[in-house]
Amino acid sequence: MITLSHYLTLGAILFSIGVVGIFLNRKNVIILLMSVELILLAVNMNFVAFSYYLDDLAGQVVVFFVLAVAAAESAIGLALIVVLFRTRATINVDDIQQLKG
Amino acid sequence: MTNEAMFFYLFSAVLVSSATMVVVARNSVRAVLFLVLCFVSASGLWILLQAEFLAIVLVLVYVGAVMVMFLFVVMMLDVDQAQLKAGFARHLPLGLLVAAVMVVEMLLVLQPENFGLVTAENVGSGLTSNTKAIGRMLYTDYFYPFEIAAVVLLVGIVAAISLTLRKRPDSRYIDPSEQVGVKASDRLRMVDMESDNR
Repeated sequence: MITLSHYLTLGAILFSIGVVGIFLNRKNVIILLMSVELILLAVNMNFVAFSYYLDDLAGQVVVFFVLAVAAAESAIGLALIVVLFRTRATINVDDIQQLKG
Repeated sequence: MTNEAMFFYLFSAVLVSSATMVVVARNSVRAVLFLVLCFVSASGLWILLQAEFLAIVLVLVYVGAVMVMFLFVVMMLDVDQAQLKAGFARHLPLGLLVAAVMVVEMLLVLQPENFGLVTAENVGSGLTSNTKAIGRMLYTDYFYPFEIAAVVLLVGIVAAISLTLRKRPDSRYIDPSEQVGVKASDRLRMVDMESDNR
């Protein structure tokens, strides 16, 4: 029998993999964006699981909005990466230090 | 083991292993392809949870559009993969430690006895259409958020285009507004001259 906890555990594992991806690939902006997508997928998984086990469709509607916002976010993020590569010829995070932050 | 459990474990195993491959892959193109596999198996899980509409949307919109865009950008940029992977081994222990701590903490919280609901007894028979129900909710209760999501997507389109658009000075481009606003006097010059009576 698959319980709610199974899905929540899966979401937790997926979320942690996404966080580890941010830790491991600090230099590659594209992999960073993909790790954020993984984290969002984990959150969506939890929303869908709760919506099924609580028999409430609102969770699925929220997932719909999260998908829309994530699509816009990755479009803008990739556009920024393209502009960055055009001007600096690199997507290494370490090379982006013009603001001396 | 029931069919549902079998499919759950199958899809979760594929999901977790491909998510790990996304993070550790040496090649960015491979990472994108593993992310596609991730989304496909996640949509399988969502079908198990009777969320057919979202499962289809995940495959159509996410795999079909967003992931293809990722692939496009990864292939367009000529990046030095080896240099970007430098420091991977150095961060690995810390990353694994953080992941282990997070997973253990969340597992302690997510035990079944901490939730009032363990099984889905009150779930409907699944006879009603999931897509129809979500559509009804989107266009009634969640109408304003729906409109705002549309505006967010529009802002995304405008931002992406305006960021990546570049003017090329050498292209033979004609400004349409200038072209439409042209007057006859700009094109045609009337000249007074003697008629030639030969």
